Amino acid sequence: MSILEYNGAAIIAMKGKNCVAIAADRRFGIQAQTVSTNFQKMFEMGPRLFIGLPGLATDVQTVAQKLQFRVNLYELRENRRIKPKTFMSMVSNLLYERRFGPYFVEPVIAGLDPKTDEPYIASMDLIGCPMVTEEFVVSGTCSEQMYGMCESLWKPDMGPDDLLDTISQALQSAVDRDAVSGWGCLVHIIEKDKVTTTELKGRMD
Amino acid sequence: MSERYSFSLTTFSPSGKLVQIEYALAAVAAGAPSVGIKATNGVVLATEKKQKSILYDENSIHKIEMITKNVGMVYSGMGPDYRVLVKNARKLAQQYYLLYQEHIPTAQIVQRVANVMQEYTQSGGVRPFGVSLLLAGWDEDEETPYLYQCDPSGAYFAWKATAIGKNHVNGKTFLEKRYSDNLELEDAVHTAILTLKESFEGQMTEDNIEIGICNQDGFKRLSPAEVKDYLASVQ
Repeated sequence: MSILEYNGAAIIAMKGKNCVAIAADRRFGIQAQTVSTNFQKMFEMGPRLFIGLPGLATDVQTVAQKLQFRVNLYELRENRRIKPKTFMSMVSNLLYERRFGPYFVEPVIAGLDPKTDEPYIASMDLIGCPMVTEEFVVSGTCSEQMYGMCESLWKPDMGPDDLLDTISQALQSAVDRDAVSGWGCLVHIIEKDKVTTTELKGRMD
Repeated sequence: MSERYSFSLTTFSPSGKLVQIEYALAAVAAGAPSVGIKATNGVVLATEKKQKSILYDENSIHKIEMITKNVGMVYSGMGPDYRVLVKNARKLAQQYYLLYQEHIPTAQIVQRVANVMQEYTQSGGVRPFGVSLLLAGWDEDEETPYLYQCDPSGAYFAWKATAIGKNHVNGKTFLEKRYSDNLELEDAVHTAILTLKESFEGQMTEDNIEIGICNQDGFKRLSPAEVKDYLASVQ
């Protein structure tokens, strides 16, 4: 039993044309037992900046809180919104500070630059190694399945509606092949002027 | 084993002043003049570097120092105190970079340096720094120049143009007349030299003044040859 598979999670972030999408499942379980079907795994760190945290549930919540703390102080000190790129460095630093006793989360970041509106996605391992890509990032207990789905469904320059369909299909199909993730899905589509949240119901098992 | 003081040496006088800070400001006002001017496309820092004897090797020690590639600093007051602050500022700037992978914005480094200076007015067994600093920086994000002054008290101010050190009152009056919002960097350097000239005794050469500029290409201390060119267009 791996500690990263104790609670179960699945998160995907995808880049579209002038937009990004981030989706997560909603299950909170303790090994085989499902405890909650509306557990928050994505957190808003800025008006157009989200972080998805799969992994050990207690660390999901602690890391989200600690990050919010750091982001709040940053925005107060610097009197400006944090850029997604800078936020990624901040998360990486937070995780590496615990290099020899890490937080068991492997975050996914999605957002738009506050000034240029440029889409940005990135993922990280549990000790803060960043990976910035131009297409999609996945993290969770069914990452192999998510990689397979994303690789076949993703195409460049999708609009917000197309992106919603694609990311939903990818996530739903992937979690259906994983015992510890699923039980509902939440998607955020982040555009220049709005964030649209969609709740999806799939196989509730 | 030296016993450290746990009480501050900077204490209030009955009139509500911190006399140690006042005295520090007096030390600054007795120091060699420095000037800073913000232009539309950059900032210039200039300072007098008069040496007491011709035997001094002028080009080995610098008053104008780079903190990061986009921020530079100059002082008026006590040189040794300045060195400590330069070292501190450089470390703080690098710590920021380590954390955010982004160059420290000018306003942020100023806040941190000013905080250090303030700590020395409220900590045990230390005295305030006997320097006022002028920090010049270029913010990549906003693409704007910034000029800040840090005082021994820890107070900091953003300026369009200012003078510190000896004769700073006259310097500021001179700048008030000469400054305009649409000054470009070249004109600003020219004006800075003229401001220094107001209080300069003797002949100004490329070896007894120092000039630094900060624009979108970063901070740079001018070489004596470059300073000579500017002086030629003034004299």
